[in-house]
Parts: sequence; structure tokens; C-alpha cells
Amino acid sequence: MELLSNIGLGLSTAVTPVNLLYCLAGVFLGTLIGVLPGLGPTATIAMLLPTTFTLPPVSALIMLAGIYYGSQYGGSTTSILVNVPGEAASVVTTLDGYQMARQGRAGVALATAAIASFFAGTVATSLLALFAPPLAEVALKFGPSEYFSLMVLGLLASVVMARGSLLHAVGMVVLGLVLGLVGTDVTSGARRFVFDIPQLADGIGFVVVAMGMFGLAEIIRNLECEECRSTEVPKITTLMPTKEDWRRMVAPILRGTVLGSALGILPGSGSILGSFAAYSLEKKVSKHSAEFGKGAIEGVAAPESANNAGAQTSFIPMLTLGIPSNPVMALMIGAMIIQGIQPGPLVMTQQPALFWGIIASMWIGNLFLIILNLPLIGMWVRIVSVPYRILYPAILAFCCIGVFSLKNAEFDIYLMAIFGVLGYVFVKLDCEPAPMLLAFILGPLMEEYLRRAMLLSRGDWTVFVRRPISATLLAIGFAAVVLATLPFLYKKREEVFREDV
Amino acid sequence: MALRNPKDFWTGIIYFLFGVLAFIIARGYPMGTALKMGPGYFPTILSVLLVLIGTIALVRSFLKPGTPVGRFTVKGLLLVAVSTVLFGLLLRKAGLIIALPVLVLASAYASREFRWRQSALLAAGLTVFCALIFLKGLGVPIPLVGPWFGR
Repeated sequence: MELLSNIGLGLSTAVTPVNLLYCLAGVFLGTLIGVLPGLGPTATIAMLLPTTFTLPPVSALIMLAGIYYGSQYGGSTTSILVNVPGEAASVVTTLDGYQMARQGRAGVALATAAIASFFAGTVATSLLALFAPPLAEVALKFGPSEYFSLMVLGLLASVVMARGSLLHAVGMVVLGLVLGLVGTDVTSGARRFVFDIPQLADGIGFVVVAMGMFGLAEIIRNLECEECRSTEVPKITTLMPTKEDWRRMVAPILRGTVLGSALGILPGSGSILGSFAAYSLEKKVSKHSAEFGKGAIEGVAAPESANNAGAQTSFIPMLTLGIPSNPVMALMIGAMIIQGIQPGPLVMTQQPALFWGIIASMWIGNLFLIILNLPLIGMWVRIVSVPYRILYPAILAFCCIGVFSLKNAEFDIYLMAIFGVLGYVFVKLDCEPAPMLLAFILGPLMEEYLRRAMLLSRGDWTVFVRRPISATLLAIGFAAVVLATLPFLYKKREEVFREDV
Repeated sequence: MALRNPKDFWTGIIYFLFGVLAFIIARGYPMGTALKMGPGYFPTILSVLLVLIGTIALVRSFLKPGTPVGRFTVKGLLLVAVSTVLFGLLLRKAGLIIALPVLVLASAYASREFRWRQSALLAAGLTVFCALIFLKGLGVPIPLVGPWFGR
């Protein structure tokens, strides 16, 4: 079978000592930043991107991928122990996880989260291996109009997935597209929105925007409520779930994995929505629904499996279409381009070792993660208690040096500061930065595909609805937005995103 | 008419102003046609959209009620931004040995629980760490001691 031989190729790539080491380094770093609140995978990968120049492409991507899915594991630890989500996708885990910890079952909650994460991560990686090849095959038939429509769909989906007002999110997308235009136009060579600043001629680097909006803005926001963090870490007695616990976690893990995998493919904050949706679903179907919010094990198992499944399947659009579904995937695409690999459906056929190596490394990475997160849990518990006043100046220092090292330009540091302030203002106004960053990255691509599509259609705008695939993609996108504005579903959406369920 | 949704209002203002600015600038670029789009085509579409969205948000802010904008942490905002800019200014001239401690101390001062000794230790530790990893290890071209000190 072709799939088996591909997986074999992947495994033989991923288990070389060097790649195993980078995989371990990635998931270790991922767990670390997941455990540390206020430092997310976007900012971390942005910081580390410059250091991957020198690595071979497979090792670099294996490590960066490990950071992302590793952070989903670590995020739950902080949620359970100190009631602070280490990662946005772990917000719901605080609800029941922390309650379990207060009842002296912190160890069981941590074990449940790790088991759920491991199962979901492994299954979702298998889904990735199964569905990526046929999808890439379809993508090979895509012309410019299909790509343009696909990006429109991606941006619309990220709008629907964003928290808060739909209108604000649409605005963030358009603003991101405009910012993406800054620099030299590839087709005409015209300099746009450059304001005679030579450093802007090549455009604004997306790492600069990502670090500003996710790194700096997050620090400023955290400084707002330092007292919200409790540093008292509960004692962990036993890790082993009881027979009853095992019985109760099986179905939620399965449902969470399915839901998380499906939502993870969608652009935007798929893994975040997955965890919220899985929690609401469990609360509805569970026999123990009265226990939710008071330490129900289902309330830990479901969202944790969903967010890890989502983290794995969100690689599907990136690996098959070359289109990022979230800011982290955009950074991965950036890493590919740095390495001289053109992301897209051809990666799988032209670089099979890379493609399957990344997938195989995810199984290995998940194995590493369960070892890192169960027997070695004590180490992370100690890290949870590092006070934020020590943490954030260090994060800031790494952001500054990291952003400078991209082009050895102080200008980028100043730009990052501006985006940090802007990002904080937007957070205060309930405008989520993720759709903006996605649009910022897709903007120049969209313009190019739009131009090519119009050139091929001789200036006929109907090309986007006359070609069946393109029309379907657009229809799905607009249907999602319309559905989200319907009064009934609008309320549901608010409910799903409300943190204090 | 009373303002009912301050978050909508300020978001609207930002989108509107950005949109108008982008539109005015984009006027200076050749538009071209739909068949052969000039550098002004896409920016013009986007800026019109942004103005439109901003206007809707502004109008809506007077119609539908919403929550007020939360308090800004002015101290945190200023110290983080200023310390970052200072780092950029000092980097090449004074070197890492000055720029990094300035960054760490100035930003740490934003914390309510700021302690001089602890932050000074952190600054020293981070400077050594970054000098070893970034300057020595990864070869980032930042002088450890800058030309201000006669090198």
C-alpha cells in the first residue's frame, strides 16, 4: 500500500537521531511555553524562526510543529493547577480541572488531560495522514480563481471563529489585508504605503507583526491583572485515575477527538473553538451534567482531546494547500519559504521525505509528550510557580533580540513596539488579532491570485462563481457568515465563546 | 443621540481613519482595469471596504448597547513600549551590556511587585545568557560593548 510505504518513509526520516532530538526539543519547548501563561506558540515560534535558518528543513519544521502541539499539552497543566489557562485553548479546562484540583484530585485531572491529549493527538495525526494526500490531489487542479476563493473562505471562516463582534472581526481582516499591501508591489514594482521609509520597501515582516500583537500586547494585557494569578500550587498525590474515572472519560475523549479534528481544519482559532464546543456538547449529553463546573472529569477529557486533535488537523490546509489556517501555520509557511520550499500541493510529491517526516514526527512527538507530561509532571509544577514579574521581562528580551536578528534592523524593534501598542488597544476593543494576522499574510497572495484570475477571465468578475469549485468555496464561506448572524445561532456563538459557562 | 457602545465607536473610528488614509494614498497609484489591475486597484477596493465597515460600526455604536471599554494600564503600556524602543536605540551604540539591562529593568518596573534586587539579578543573568546564546552561539551582530565605550 502506498500509504504504508509513505509512512515508512516518514518514520525513517523522523527517527534519525538528529530529527528525534529536534522533535524532543520542540515538544519540550512547547510544553514549557504551554505551562507558562502569557507566552503562546505564536510568539515563541516567531522568536525561534530566525534560528531555524541554519537547520535542515525537515528538522526545522519538525521542531516548530512540536512547539505548537506541545503547547496544547502544557496549557492544561496551568489551567488545572492554578486556574489560569496556560494557552487560549485551555480556557475551558480551568472550569472543571481546577475544581478537581481543589478536591485533591489534581493528579487525576492532569493524567486525564494527558491521556485525552495523547489519544486525540495520535488519532488526529492518522486523519492527517489519511486525508492530506487526496486533498493535495484536488488542490493540484486549482487555478488562480479557486485559490482566491479558498482564501476568501479562509478569512471568512476566521471571522466566524473569532470571539466578539463579527463586524469587528471583518474589519480586522480588511485592516490586515491593507497592512499586507505595504511594500513593493510584485507585479508593477510600485512602492505602496511606504512613506519614503526605506525599511518599509520590502513590506512589514509578519514575524514583527506576530511578536507585537501576540508577544508584547499579551504582556501588557497580563500586567493589567497580576493579582488574578494565584501562585499556590496544589499538591499532587496520585496520578492514577480510578476505574470509574476511566469509564467516564472514554466517550468524552472520543467525541472530543471527532469534534476537535473537524473544527481544527477550519481556519481561525479552530482548536480554541473545538475545546469550547466539546465542553458544551459534553455538558448537554452527559449523565453527570450537574457535576460540570464542580470537577467533572468529562469537563477535562473532552476539551483537552478536542484542542489537541484540532492542533494536529490544522496542519492539513497548510501541508496540502500551502494556506495557513492560523497564525502559527503562517509562521510554519514562513519557515518553509525561508528554507526555499514553495508551500502548496506539490510539497507532498516533490518533498515526500519532508511531508511524511513531519507527520511521522507527530506520532513520536505525542509519545514524547505523554512521557514529559506524566512521569515528569513535577518539573512543570515547579515552573508554574515562577512569578510573572520574572517571566515577562525575559520574554520581552527574547522578542527584542529575536526580531532584531531577522534583518539586523533596529527599525523592526520599533515597528514591533507599535504593533504591541496597537494589539493591546485592539484587545481592549474586543477585536481579536488572529484574523488580522491571517489576512496580513494572505493579502499579497490574494492580490496576485485575483490579478491572475482576472487576466485569465479577460476581466470578467463572474469567473469566481462560474467555476464550480470556486463557487462552492465562496458559497460555504458566505453561508458560514450568514449563519453566524442569524439570531438563534448568534446567541449560540456567544454562548460557546463565553468563558464563565 | 447618546453613545451606547463605546467599543463599537472607537473600533469604528480606527477603521474609518485607516480606511480614509489608505484611500487617499491609494489615489496616487495607477488604477488600471479589472483585466490588468494596476497597483492602485486592490488597495482602493480594500480602503472603501474599511471605510464602510468603520461607518457601520460608528452608526451601530449609537443604536445597540454594549459594554464600556475597560481601564487601560497606562503604566504597563508605556513602560513596555518605551523600554522596547530604548533597547533599539541603545543596541548598537552602547551594546548589549547596557541595552538589555535597561530593557529588563524598565519593563520590570511596570509590575506591581517590582523588586530592585530581584530584577537586577534577572537583568544580569539574562545578559549573560543572551550574550552566550545569541551573540556567541547564533552570531547575531550586536556588539557586547558598544562604540560609546571607545571600541
